[in-house]
Amino acid sequence: MTKNVVIAGFGGQGVMLMGQILALAATEKNLNATWLPSYGPEQRGGTANCTTVISDEEIGSPVVDTPQIAVIMNNPSMEKFEKMVEPKGTVLLNSTLITIEPKRSDVTYLRVPANELAEQSGSQKAANMVMLGVMGWLWKDTFTIEELESAMVHKVGDKRPQLVEINKKAIELGYEFAKNIV
Amino acid sequence: MSDRILMKGNEAVGEAAVRSGCRLYFGYPITPASEIAEYMAYRLPQVNGTFIQAESELAASNMLYGAAAAGKYAMTASSSPGISLMQEAISYMAGAEVPALIVDAMRGGPGLGDIQAAQSDYFQLTKGGGHGDYHVIVFSPYTIQEVINIMPLAFQTAFRYRNPVVVAVDGLIGQMMEAVEFNYFTDPEEIPLPDWSLSGKFRHGNKKNVNTSLELDPDKLEAINWRLQGKYHEIEEKESRYDYVGVDNPETLVVAYGTVARLTISAVKKVLGEGKSIGLFRPVTLWPFPKAALAQKAKSAKRIVVLEMSAGQLIEDVKLYVYDPTKQYEFHGHPGGTTFTPSEIEQILRG
Repeated sequence: MTKNVVIAGFGGQGVMLMGQILALAATEKNLNATWLPSYGPEQRGGTANCTTVISDEEIGSPVVDTPQIAVIMNNPSMEKFEKMVEPKGTVLLNSTLITIEPKRSDVTYLRVPANELAEQSGSQKAANMVMLGVMGWLWKDTFTIEELESAMVHKVGDKRPQLVEINKKAIELGYEFAKNIV
Repeated sequence: MSDRILMKGNEAVGEAAVRSGCRLYFGYPITPASEIAEYMAYRLPQVNGTFIQAESELAASNMLYGAAAAGKYAMTASSSPGISLMQEAISYMAGAEVPALIVDAMRGGPGLGDIQAAQSDYFQLTKGGGHGDYHVIVFSPYTIQEVINIMPLAFQTAFRYRNPVVVAVDGLIGQMMEAVEFNYFTDPEEIPLPDWSLSGKFRHGNKKNVNTSLELDPDKLEAINWRLQGKYHEIEEKESRYDYVGVDNPETLVVAYGTVARLTISAVKKVLGEGKSIGLFRPVTLWPFPKAALAQKAKSAKRIVVLEMSAGQLIEDVKLYVYDPTKQYEFHGHPGGTTFTPSEIEQILRG
């Protein structure tokens, strides 16, 4: 079993954190995991992306050019990453912000109103956690939603304990949303 | 829960150094190596160590010279332009036989270049770098776990041969995170103080130790140089390391190190699975270069493919040690901070 995902969006949307939490959830299940950030002279408002690979075998390349899943949070990332996804792969898009029409017929699109669902959880900033919840559903064979939430708590709990409950709610909203549409 | 932790490459470098027994770090920040200094600034005070942010790479590398001359595990880390600035001290340490550890998280060059991962310091690291006839020992781990496994060996090797050692990683290994395990912790108090160290003569039976790279008598300096060459020869005999994945007598031999070897390994396994006669030879030490092993693996190969994130540096050593005009040599490079993609490598391997 080897799974990979590319996550892309604006700097500040928490795309790096999403990838790290997925990698951490796998690590805590004793699996192999890599997390590879795009890094450079990037700043809030610019684009950012990361790649997470998880596997029960040794991971070869942490660089993935045809991801199984792309989580896309904004229009510029849609233009860049939609075309990279492998045939029969999944494009998870934030339909609150993405206005570009999907172009491919060989991939599955999951439109998630991430910002709207995040608002229900208590903060629009938790759109990344909504998407993480959707990923939790897609990767439910690897870890449970409880395990994913516990990785989130391990990652952000110390620094920002006030966000834990909002994040949990957002993850659950994303998970339930995915359960109903997939 | 497992014993595994998810750790950034640069932080793993720092933790591995601490667990190897290193308590002294001197550095100057530079992307993409800065988190090594950041981690040590946080970690060393917890274990009664000393972290100093120097005013420059020159200062940091000479502080390292001083600390290592005192017989202690000490290190610095930087990235390519910073490593260039340290070459004077590295040459001095090679001449004075001081066993310091330097980590180079390589980035694109020449000059300031960019901050993305590259392997274009190969010539500088393996052919000397500074002035004089010397070599540093260069380890090139390809995963974060291998960084962790190599760090104690890097310190031990430096001290065994009284020679500077470089652990060469790159921006990609430094910036990425991986699930890793640490299975060692060396108490620095248990590392014996070498009898050559400048640590107070009362510790060495009142023997006065001198540590210098200066010898103004040319005959004596020539003798010192031949002795150093003898040491380098011994290191070449005993410390060359490599890894190999593939069939026994491959028709296609791929040579790559560090990150590029990692990017290559999935593609190699894939075409192996399709029955292709192929193998990946990965130097783990860049100097000493594992030349005998490479020559042996290359015997059956008709096609030798060299992949590197530089414009053709590793391939010079490959051609030097496997010189055979009947073989087909193929070079693929990405200088300047770009990397290979897995599908690009697959296409190259299929020929």
